[in-house]
Amino acid sequence: MDFIVQPWPWYVAGPLITLVMLLLYYFGKNFGVSSNLETICAIGGAGRFVDFFKFDWRKKTWNLLFTLGAVIGGFIAFQWLTPSEAIALNSQTVQDLAELNFQNGGAQYLPDEIFSTEAIFSVKGFLILLIAGVLVGFGTRYAGGCTSGHAIVGLSNLEMPSLISVIGFFIGGLVMTWLLFPLIF
Amino acid sequence: MKHIKFLFVGILFGIILSKAEVISWYRIYEMFKFQSFHMYGVIGSAVALGVIVMLLFKKGIIKTYLGDDIKVDSKRKGFKGNLFGGIIFGLGWALAGACPGPMFILLGRGAVAIIIVIIGALLGAFLYHAMKRKLPH
Repeated sequence: MDFIVQPWPWYVAGPLITLVMLLLYYFGKNFGVSSNLETICAIGGAGRFVDFFKFDWRKKTWNLLFTLGAVIGGFIAFQWLTPSEAIALNSQTVQDLAELNFQNGGAQYLPDEIFSTEAIFSVKGFLILLIAGVLVGFGTRYAGGCTSGHAIVGLSNLEMPSLISVIGFFIGGLVMTWLLFPLIF
Repeated sequence: MKHIKFLFVGILFGIILSKAEVISWYRIYEMFKFQSFHMYGVIGSAVALGVIVMLLFKKGIIKTYLGDDIKVDSKRKGFKGNLFGGIIFGLGWALAGACPGPMFILLGRGAVAIIIVIIGALLGAFLYHAMKRKLPH
């Protein structure tokens, strides 16, 4: 049992993610989380404003259930499989975070500077989370996929559009981390 | 409830990503700082094995549980859409430290703040479809 409660190394997690992809195709579906965003919009009545959302969302129930499962999986892992919240970060990373005024980098699963109750009830903190979400949701649909659909499935299938998208993911991520973080935090 | 199996695959997915810490904001930061191999190892090993799985699909060695051939749909082509959309996604991924799957897993961990990110992501997906005809693809 000791192995279960330790953080899992990359060579365990990576192949298990491939297994998840394999299972979804074995059951006749596909692997792509971000299309659920469209499905939830459709359920919420977005079709009244934009015709795209008039599709029959019931055909996507399987993917919503997959997503609900992910929520439950997160709960199970948090409640019973993670005795320590700490993330073992590189000491250089902790130092770089301190320069951005992020204290105790890695002491918890998520940084208080962004995710604490105090942060989300400040105007700046709220906007950071909302804008980050908008960028992810807009970007993933514009690119036609997210980390699962493009980086895992698309790259595995040697798709050029996915390679371009993943290069885009990294351009955006590097610009945010290296250029914009010092301005935002 | 023939779809109940997807709930279980989702639970597996949630546990894997949670246990591998890839849904931690810190791990995403560290990845973009090139200060750890962890995230590259996770994605790299998933893709390396995925290439083999895709070949097994194409050769018909792995079929669906009903015995049908597995066809993986090609991705929509369009250089600008993939690149610009990808860059916008990357900006948000680094800032929130979460992409769509992890957002939902973090919700299960009880991270209340992630609800704002999810609402933002729904808004973002809506905005894209509202204005997609005006965007270069």
